[in-house]
Order: sequence, then structure tokens, then C-alpha cells
Amino acid sequence: MTDSTSPHPPTLLQATGLRRAFGERVVLDGVDLSLAEGETVAVIGPNGVGKTTLLRILAGLLRPSAGSVLLDGRPVRTADPQSRAAIGLLSHRAMLYDDLTLQENLEFVARLHGLRDPRRVAREALEQVELLSRAGDSPRTLSRGLIQRAALARALLHAPRLLLLDEPFTGLDSAAAGRLTSLLAARRPAGLGTIIVTHQEHEAREIASRVLALRAGSIGRAAA
Amino acid sequence: MKSALPGTIAAAMIIAGKDLRSELRRRTALVSAVVFAALILVIFNFARDPTALRAEQLAPSAFWITCAFAAVTALSRAFAVELEHGALDGLLLAPVPREALFLGKFLGNLTFVFVVESIALPLFVLFFNVSLKGALPGIILVAVLATVGFVAVGTVFSALTARVRFNELMLPVLLLPFMLPPLAGAAQVTAALLNGRPLVESAGWLRLLLVYDITFVTLSVLIFPSLFDE
Repeated sequence: MTDSTSPHPPTLLQATGLRRAFGERVVLDGVDLSLAEGETVAVIGPNGVGKTTLLRILAGLLRPSAGSVLLDGRPVRTADPQSRAAIGLLSHRAMLYDDLTLQENLEFVARLHGLRDPRRVAREALEQVELLSRAGDSPRTLSRGLIQRAALARALLHAPRLLLLDEPFTGLDSAAAGRLTSLLAARRPAGLGTIIVTHQEHEAREIASRVLALRAGSIGRAAA
Repeated sequence: MKSALPGTIAAAMIIAGKDLRSELRRRTALVSAVVFAALILVIFNFARDPTALRAEQLAPSAFWITCAFAAVTALSRAFAVELEHGALDGLLLAPVPREALFLGKFLGNLTFVFVVESIALPLFVLFFNVSLKGALPGIILVAVLATVGFVAVGTVFSALTARVRFNELMLPVLLLPFMLPPLAGAAQVTAALLNGRPLVESAGWLRLLLVYDITFVTLSVLIFPSLFDE
């Protein structure tokens, strides 16, 4: 079963025939997925169904056993390193260093992305997630919810065009979840394409224009 | 907001700077490497029978064995910090060439090992009571040549073993055989220098160290990107 709809040209991301096996275990088998600029797609499914694997393949961090992922028409894994600047990833791990402060962590990311005035960019990113008051703190001193907000700031810092979110609501209270929803909505008109993988169907339906279900390695429209 | 993406060298410097800042703040690897180095030197010094073996005969081997093990201690941490909160994924997603990741980690490790060596050298002089008069420039040169090679190989093996079980055991098992040529060369040149021989007499060893460096830094740059091709 595939999701063959492509409602909002131009297409930002096009995944075709994705298959991934770990040894004998086939996790994804023939997954097709397209994402238009400014579109938000949620992929739902129970734990262990392959949502994170799908997201890592879309980010170019994992090689599919078969199939391809095109970002702006170019293969995401073999494209030049600059094309990775278009991707923002919120993983289930924070991708932050405990020995650096939040400010230093984000400045490091800003420098790697070649952003002008990394200090200011980092402060603005922290401000967006209401963590500016904790800028000088180490991630190890933060609660799970605050870490999630810091990780979101990290993912959005360089103004990606494709945002990949893995269980973004984990650890967030209702206010923070609302802010996340508003933050994504505010960036949508600028063309931000977002793929959210989650097992929280209610939040997924609130935030996404399309909801797909991943089951037994295949993807299809989720029942309303 | 955007400006030019950093080139390979600039990105490497950013990564090395991050590593050194982390290490300065944490200090655990540095302190443990220095303590480890001091302990080895003490043990060598007390184990030596001064009537049977002159200090100059044992000192070069002792010094380079100390540096080698202290370097392994440091290298074993190099990629472990990248795995703690999945930070490695962040590095792999950064719009910089994979070669920059290698060069950044390599430069960070190299600086770290140089710091350990520069602390171990006075301890070595103290414990073995050897004179570095006239030999110091040569020893610094050979230290640079030897360290560049084994840190390059060590950086690759550190990345390779970071995600395997018992990685702290695997790293020395894989790395120590590759460390033998530069360590043997460095010990030979150091022995000659401590015995008052001119550096030019060790030109053959220095050439070997240089060839080793060029070969393994080049191979490491070429191999490193494939280590992350999951």
C-alpha cells in the first residue's frame, strides 16, 4: 500500500520504494512518501513499527536497502554536503553536549551551518522556545521537557526547509506542545515542510494536513 | 541570516574547538591521562636496577610507552562523547564534508596528546634524571612526527570502535600494532639524542616517521567517511 497523493507542488521530498532490513527482519518494505513545500505530514504507528528508521532514512542518516529519497530532486545521501543544510532533525535524543552550555551548543551548530553572528542566532533560537533564561546551563541540568525544547531550538536554528520530528510531543506539557504547534504553523507559509512521526494520533491530527499510518512495513492513509 | 558554509578546514577547526572546550571543562580525560603517564614513569623508574641499566638506555622506551598508553586513554574518549546524546547524528547532518569531521576530531585529539606529552616530558626528566640539553628541539620534532601518525590512526579506530561492545578494550587491541612503527622510530631517535648524537644521524628514522604520517593521515581521511555509512 502506498501514499501516491502529491497534493501541493512543488515537491520538497520524494521517497520511493523504501525498503530497509536489519538482517532477516524487514522493517520498511516499499514505502512511498511525498512532501510538498509548506506541508505537514504525520506518520503514526505503534512502537517498533519502523517510524524512527523511516525518519533516519529521510534524513540521510541511514541507507535504505532499496529505494531512493530525493530532496529538491537530488538524492539526499549522495548530494553535496551543503544540501544537508536544508534538513532539521528532532531526534528522540537531544544531540546536545553535556559539557557545553545550551548557548554554546547552539552556537556550535550555528557555526557549522556558517550562520552569521552565531551568538545572536543561538540566543534567538533559545528565546523562541523560552529557554533564554537557561542559556548558561548545561543540558544535564534540564528536565526532559526542557531538553526537548532545547533540541527543538537546535533543529530549527538554521531555518531548515525540511523538518523531521521524531515524537516531538514527548516530555512537553500542554503549553509547550501548544507553542510547538504555533511555531510550526508560523513557519509553514515560508515553505517549511514537516514530517512528524509519532504514536500520539490526537496531536498528529491537530498539527498535520495529512496523516499516514505505518503498518507492517508499508505506509498508507490513516483511517479518520 | 545565512552566510557562506564553512570550508573543510574551517569546519574542522570549529569541531576541534568544541572538543577542546568540552575537555577543558570536563578535564577527566586530561587528568586521567596525566596521572596514568606519571604512574607509568614512576613504575619504570623504580623497576630499573641502576647498576644493571643506565637511565639513558631505558628512558626513551619508557617515555614513548607512557605517551602511547596516555594517548590511548585520550582517544578512547574521542567518539564516546559524540554518542552520549546522539550528538554524532548532529555532526553527520551538518553541512560539512565528512573529511572535516575526521580533521576536527584529529586536531582535537592531536592537541590533547601534545598537552599530555608536554606534561609527561618534564616528569620524564625528573624521574630518569636525564639531560635534555641540546636534545630538546630534536625530541620535539620527533614527538610531532610520531604523534601525528598514531593519532590519525587512533582517531579512525576510535570512531570505528565507539559503537561496539567493549570498545575500551577493542581500541588498544586494534591500535597498538599500528603504533609500533612510530613508537619504535621515536624511541630510537630519542635514545640517539639523549646519548648526544646529532639529529642528522637519525634522518632515516625521521623519513620513516614522515612517510608513516603522510600515508596514514591520507588513508584516514579517505577511510573515515565510510565509517558512518550505515
